[in-house]
Amino acid sequence: MNAGWEAVIGLEIHVQLATQSKIFSAAANRFGAPPNSLACPVDLGLPGVLPVLNEAAVRMAVKFGLAIGAEVCQRCSFDRKNYFYPDLPKGYQISQLAAPIVGPGRLEVPLDDGTAIEVRIVRAHLEEDAGKSIHDAYAGQTGIDLNRAGTPLLEVVSAPDLRTPEQASACFRQLHSLVRYLGICDGDLSQGSMRCDANVSVRPQGREALGERTEIKNINSFRFVEKAIRFEIDRQIERLEAGLPVVRETRLYDAVKDETRPMRGKEFSDDYRYFPDPDLLPVVIDEAFIEAVRAELPELPGARRRRFQEELGLSEYDAGWLTRDPDTADYFETAARTDGSNAKQIANWVMGELTARLNREDMDIGAAPVTAAALGQLVARIEDETLSSKTAKTVFEALWNGEGEVDAIIDAQGLRQTQDTGELTALIDGIVAEHPQQAEQFRAGRDKLLGFFVGQVMKATGGKANPRRVNELLKEALGASE
Amino acid sequence: MGSTSCQASYPSKAMAPFSTLRELSQGLGRGDCTSLELTEAALDRAQRLHEALNCFITLDEEKAVAAAKAADRRLQGGSAGPLTGIPLAHKDLFCIEGWPTTCASKMLANFIAPYTATAIDRLIDAGSVTLGKLNMDEFAMGSSTETSHFGPTANPWALLRTPGGSSGGSAACVAAGITAAATGTDTGGSIRQPASFCGVTGLKPTYGRVSRYGMIAFASSLDQGGVFARDVEDAALLLSVMAGFDPRDSTSSAHRDPWLESVPERGVGEPASDSLTIGLADELLSEANEGAERIDEARRALEALGFRCRTVSLPHIRTAMPAYYVIAGAEASTNLSRYDGVRFGHRCERPASLKDLYERSRSEGFGAEVKRRILTGTYALSAGYFDAYYLKAQKVRRLVAGEFAAAFDEVDLLLAPTTPGTAFRRGELTDDPVAMYRQDVCTIPVNLAGLPAISLPCGLHEGLPVGVQLIARHFDERRLMQAGAAFQRATNWHAARPPLEEAS
Repeated sequence: MNAGWEAVIGLEIHVQLATQSKIFSAAANRFGAPPNSLACPVDLGLPGVLPVLNEAAVRMAVKFGLAIGAEVCQRCSFDRKNYFYPDLPKGYQISQLAAPIVGPGRLEVPLDDGTAIEVRIVRAHLEEDAGKSIHDAYAGQTGIDLNRAGTPLLEVVSAPDLRTPEQASACFRQLHSLVRYLGICDGDLSQGSMRCDANVSVRPQGREALGERTEIKNINSFRFVEKAIRFEIDRQIERLEAGLPVVRETRLYDAVKDETRPMRGKEFSDDYRYFPDPDLLPVVIDEAFIEAVRAELPELPGARRRRFQEELGLSEYDAGWLTRDPDTADYFETAARTDGSNAKQIANWVMGELTARLNREDMDIGAAPVTAAALGQLVARIEDETLSSKTAKTVFEALWNGEGEVDAIIDAQGLRQTQDTGELTALIDGIVAEHPQQAEQFRAGRDKLLGFFVGQVMKATGGKANPRRVNELLKEALGASE
Repeated sequence: MGSTSCQASYPSKAMAPFSTLRELSQGLGRGDCTSLELTEAALDRAQRLHEALNCFITLDEEKAVAAAKAADRRLQGGSAGPLTGIPLAHKDLFCIEGWPTTCASKMLANFIAPYTATAIDRLIDAGSVTLGKLNMDEFAMGSSTETSHFGPTANPWALLRTPGGSSGGSAACVAAGITAAATGTDTGGSIRQPASFCGVTGLKPTYGRVSRYGMIAFASSLDQGGVFARDVEDAALLLSVMAGFDPRDSTSSAHRDPWLESVPERGVGEPASDSLTIGLADELLSEANEGAERIDEARRALEALGFRCRTVSLPHIRTAMPAYYVIAGAEASTNLSRYDGVRFGHRCERPASLKDLYERSRSEGFGAEVKRRILTGTYALSAGYFDAYYLKAQKVRRLVAGEFAAAFDEVDLLLAPTTPGTAFRRGELTDDPVAMYRQDVCTIPVNLAGLPAISLPCGLHEGLPVGVQLIARHFDERRLMQAGAAFQRATNWHAARPPLEEAS
């Protein structure tokens, strides 16, 4: 598909910073409150109000800059971007054009095939979010909710270094992971905490010059980024192959129809008349501030991934999967470090049983009823052969339902594997003696009959016998009676 | 109404109109009269002069009386400050909670402020009584108070002449003896020029001295709140209350000024006049037409006080005016974008679409001068013109600020006319915007440089007041006010009263 063509993709990702208050006012920065209940005079753009920069937003932006190895601007400034829209209270957005707080940096993006690409980040700048226009609540009218107005945004702009929808999605995912690690964004895509714009163009394979690009606005999930870009690449190639030009425009992705469409009603011109905001002085960020922020930097996803591989012996894939999100990585690490546990087994449980269950119940890992310590203990009981993989699932279920601790559940439900060799030997001897005909046939070479004897033993023990031990002892018993 | 004379409404001589803040404060402290009596007398005078002057947009007797009663309780309780119980009036671009705050515009004719500007909050905290809100040019754009949606204000010295602008209502209010002082704002001369026209003392502090929070923005990098008063001592007293860092205004200065803090107890103090040099701003002095002789007499009075005077040149100062109109227009064009008919202010009837809502609300809500500034400012910021206009104007601004800085290496204060001439007739300049803009040729450079300056009455020319302007270094209000106070002790021009009683 798309043979002979190459796509060129750059992303602009708006990250809502998880500050207590808004970027230029003291109003709370929170999602889900009744409309306009979190809009103070500054957010409403009332006559006479003035913006005052929230230092927490600066700190978070600097943190991000340091995490991508970027230069932090020592004297960044704010500009007004002028346009009229009902949910933009002042008639301009305060943003950074000339001197953004974060300069060029790099983001290592791991791909699903175990390789990684490096994506250049051109810049990241602070700006205020607008409010929301609500078009469907009142017939023939538009509602305005200004709770979101003034939410701090960090707009991260990548270079056009991405070549496939999968890479673009991985890049968005990696940024998501990074801001979650840094604790600067809650990462909740469903509430718009991160929104992605994609610039997409195509060119014949091997050609240097870029094709005309389109911008897809406001994509809010990893999957949709991939789908929207894939649709857009196909659309552009189709046009070019039909001899039609690609028109530079802004498009919206419709997830229901899985297509992109030109944005309607561009009534307002694109001349934003940027100029320095005279209400805000340039922000001086000194070395001491930068070093203080650097000291707060947590272990970042890349470093943690490598550490999981080296220290815990995980595969690149498993380490990548488990470090994507800090809560998952923390959960995994706590479980894997429980006495007697096994990192690889924990990885399998987290990526398999636990994730399946969380998805089914639409739950975050932080809220999982099976704690990391409990899962660690569960795996420890598999390791010391107290539990079989089958009984372990029973214990997991009981843990999920809040029936107590691992050992208490094992005892209460009588799930302990029979470990006593003497007891087991006597049982097996009895079973062999009860089935002389089958024993004879086995000895004559019908190996398959071992399964019959294993089944008999398991039945007699109620599944609590260790299958490996049963096999060993049976072979011994059947051979010995020869 | 002619049966009640003005004087009779005032409880004692100390409480008569044209008393200073200090006199009123002492009178209240001694119990010569109450704040309620003072407030009612001021309300009465304001109402009787309303038809002649039109200096108030809003007078609120109920609120003023309530505040006066509260002040009287404070006075009796012994917890009074220097302003407790004294009626003041404020330019109608300071937001005051619960008060209409119109900026003299149809756009905000229905706007009731839900919060109070920091500077006014401090004056109210100090016990002052808010009498009302004063007329001005619409959104402070103008030099005559003729662009007000609520009609022009008259000059108390000559009712057919303008009081200047944009703070013309404030100047007229103080000149007419309604209140002892009033607030104003100065973006390009809007305090000093009307002070000069109306024969009162007008102070524009250093940019950053007084918080702009709650002061409806015209041009953010130039706007500065200040005061009109009977004399320099009163102006300093008010400034000491209004000034100071405000966490809600990033451009307000954290600079602390022990001198200013001591003003309420000790007054402005004596200047070290023997060791101070006043620069005579050559290019600005040559702008003076009417009143040039009065300004020269002011120079001689200062020399007689011991100041040394010498001529200094600010060669590029004439380029300040065009640069100012580009920068102020650019900032205004976006500061006024919030008046879109969506959340507050004027909204057109039955808008057909969003575009229609914007276009008609703004077309109907703004007056001609405001539209002119929005258009020129939008033009200056537009793609393709930004470098030639906005960036060039910023270069000129730095050049002008640099010339002032160089002059202040040599001299301590600068002396200049406040205005080229005396108060002009209403309607005289309305058809010639550039001639109107030229009113501010001597004041604008000071705003571009962010310096403090004061206009002092220095005599009459053909029966109309003339003002002389003193300019100081950043945050050197001390030398500015000390020189001004010394001048006023040596002369008596600031005490001259308009021939208003006959007119009212």
